[in-house]
Amino acid sequence: MESIKDKVAIIGMGCTKFGERWDAGLDDLAIEAAYEAFEDAGIDPGDIQAGWFGTVTAPTTGIGATHAVNPLKLRIPMTRVENWCITGHEALRNACFGVASGMYDIVLALGVEKLKDTGFPGLGTGRGMGPVLEARRTSPGSFALIATRYFYTYDLSPEEGKRVIGKIAVKNHYNGSMCPKAHFRNKITLEQVLNAPIIAWPLGLFDCCGNSDGAAAAILVPAKLAKNFRDDPIYIKGLGQSFDPLLPHTRPGFDWLTWDALVNSSRQAYEQAGIKNPREELDIAEVHDCFTITELIIYENFGFCPRGKAREDIDAGFFELTGGLPVNADGGLKCFGHPVGASGLRMTYEVYKQMQGKAQSPERQLKDVRLGLSHTFGGPPQVSAVAILGRELG
Amino acid sequence: MSGIVSYGAYIPLWRLSRDVIAAGWGRASLGGERSVANNDEDTVTMAVEAVLDCLVGVDREAVDGLYFASTTAPFREKQCAALVAAAADLRSDIITMDFANSLRSGTGALRAALDAVNSGSAQSIVVVASDCRIAYPRSDYEQNFGDGAAAILVSRSGSPVATVEGVYSISNDMYDVWRLDKDIFVQSWEDRFIIEHGYLENTSKAVSGLMKKYNLRADSVTKAILYAPNVRAQQTLARQHGFDVKTQLQDLLMSNVGVCGTAHALMMLVAALEEAKGGETFLLASYADGSDAMLLKVTEQVEKVKAGRRGVKGFLASKKMLPSYERYLSYRGLVEPQPGEPFRLFPSSSASWRERNWAIRFHGSRCKNCGLITFPIQRVCYGCRSKDNYEEVRLSDKKGKVFTFSLDSLAGRSDDPMVPHIVLESELGNTRIYSIMTDCDPSEIKIGMPVEMTFRRIYEGAGMYNYFWKCRPVR
Repeated sequence: MESIKDKVAIIGMGCTKFGERWDAGLDDLAIEAAYEAFEDAGIDPGDIQAGWFGTVTAPTTGIGATHAVNPLKLRIPMTRVENWCITGHEALRNACFGVASGMYDIVLALGVEKLKDTGFPGLGTGRGMGPVLEARRTSPGSFALIATRYFYTYDLSPEEGKRVIGKIAVKNHYNGSMCPKAHFRNKITLEQVLNAPIIAWPLGLFDCCGNSDGAAAAILVPAKLAKNFRDDPIYIKGLGQSFDPLLPHTRPGFDWLTWDALVNSSRQAYEQAGIKNPREELDIAEVHDCFTITELIIYENFGFCPRGKAREDIDAGFFELTGGLPVNADGGLKCFGHPVGASGLRMTYEVYKQMQGKAQSPERQLKDVRLGLSHTFGGPPQVSAVAILGRELG
Repeated sequence: MSGIVSYGAYIPLWRLSRDVIAAGWGRASLGGERSVANNDEDTVTMAVEAVLDCLVGVDREAVDGLYFASTTAPFREKQCAALVAAAADLRSDIITMDFANSLRSGTGALRAALDAVNSGSAQSIVVVASDCRIAYPRSDYEQNFGDGAAAILVSRSGSPVATVEGVYSISNDMYDVWRLDKDIFVQSWEDRFIIEHGYLENTSKAVSGLMKKYNLRADSVTKAILYAPNVRAQQTLARQHGFDVKTQLQDLLMSNVGVCGTAHALMMLVAALEEAKGGETFLLASYADGSDAMLLKVTEQVEKVKAGRRGVKGFLASKKMLPSYERYLSYRGLVEPQPGEPFRLFPSSSASWRERNWAIRFHGSRCKNCGLITFPIQRVCYGCRSKDNYEEVRLSDKKGKVFTFSLDSLAGRSDDPMVPHIVLESELGNTRIYSIMTDCDPSEIKIGMPVEMTFRRIYEGAGMYNYFWKCRPVR
């Protein structure tokens, strides 16, 4: 197996304003993200040779890649990808492979999701495992199972546990308040988090990400051609992806804390990128905070901190903008919501912009971002994808 | 000798105070409380409960048939007995039959089962009667009715707890209490007429006929198990035949359950057997469209069978009060509950058929190579990747413990807005099972809490009712 490191570069990215985009359909969102990326890359849509289009809720929007080519008027190979919440990363990953294989020189990775035309606020109920087994499963209902087990394992009372994860919501909302493209831009207090209505005990309203519309796009080229397009391309250093081998709900002996998907996907990406100590070496991480507890277990599964010790780092502010490893500097899913197919590319957009020193609103700009990570985690949950980006070759 | 070798019953957890119903309409309360099936229960699921209670300690492979009796079956066309038998994990080469349309079909099914066993066409048959009748809101029947089920196992082998010494039946056609094919609510004619010329006249004929045929004197009957639409009618009938109301009359279960339709006579029989001693004599009489009377002799075996069964006594003791009349109306579909978020997956006949062994029979797979048990059935073993090398094991009768849980406020109906999602660890092989918890107070759920499985109707879609197992706190 070869590493993907330094074979592919991103030369342009785009990201829509996320939110309840009553004004925009799927096609409008695709145009908004793709044209920002074309402009950023300094290319014409006609230069694109192939594309990968990530979207999840196809039954409401049409299947296939139709909704990528129709609005953009592309007559090229276009492939739709879907893989739960990592769909945006799957578009990026497969686009990278298209370039790394030598088959194409300029490709588009596009992730779009239009959730707000469905008429209900959540991601829906009862998907994936079969008509009866999962009849009333929801995303909060499943991720809350992790929180209950985490609190129990580390002997945290529900009140203590909720304070620990609640601080993640406060951090992400603070970051998102400075991000013009975020859906939610309100700062919140820990008291607000703790007093909010319960969505799926023990998770309250502010422990859950919103449901939003949005899209993001990337233009990728072979690394050796990147400087022909711009002076500050961003390079792909590693791509990881893994599943857990069986649904967590039915998996014999599973502890609900150590996820193969998280451990394997991060390890693969670290190895390709040559990262030994992610806590020290990464300058930014955009991780899948669909729920606050998710961000916490990611810290521990990604080696950002020892198992059971996330609380100490959270209390010390280690993952805040001014901390040792800023996580979700743009506000994360907490503030952008989770238009499923778009999220992986939206997170990658933040890392890309931070590396170029072009973060939206200067007060959020981190200093000297050389190595960063974007990540999504999805399914019941069961699957995780990691992309590591770097500012320089080598 | 053939006879009743086992029995079981089921009474839903939820009870509704008749004062609460009465307060809803500003009228007098009959006093006491009635049982109310949960919104995920129907006569099929209650029948499964009663059958499982009846089959405690019984080899299910040895059961040759299942007769289901109800006037409120969830299907007009499609057999309930076959579904109940599958959920009870009985063999498939058995007799299954539904008995319907009369509150007397419970004792009718019992008589048919005895005839089949006595004739030698079957070794043993389990009879289950289950009813969940709906009365007009504000009517007396609304307070008077209850929901429940009872099951009786008859066999020509094994030691009977009671033998059926004689039967006597009366048939009678009249409109006293009825439902047309399109009716939801029970209709009836004027009370004095239907008690006098319906209940008393016909049940009396059956009781006298039985007593005369078998030379039975009132004082030789230990318990008169007389079904009746109300306590006064029951006592009138008892006095007519010389039974002492205080010592000989089996309690009608009116103060604490209510009249459970087709199931009721058999529930009273179960309650009588729970208190019985060897050598006692029972006279059982049901009523509707005539009457079935039966003479039973209790054997010494009755003491041995009592252990392990919850029966009427056990299920009566395990209860929670439904907090409002409105909840009852919603549970019965009399006011429309607002559904939770739309379900994305509808039942599929072909998918349900393929998945029947785990979804209905609740089988997991035990790997023949490494022994790991997984639910649902896995063709490739999670432990050792052996392919198609497993045997099926029943998990429905195994208890478990909550491993982790969440209380989901998004997915519920308006009358039960919070859905407890449970990952439980079965006592069999520590198998993990994902299920919804029902019949519980969500605030009492904790990691490590003991649970048991219960067959429930999950939801309706694509023109079908979808059944599956949930868990509940051990009752």
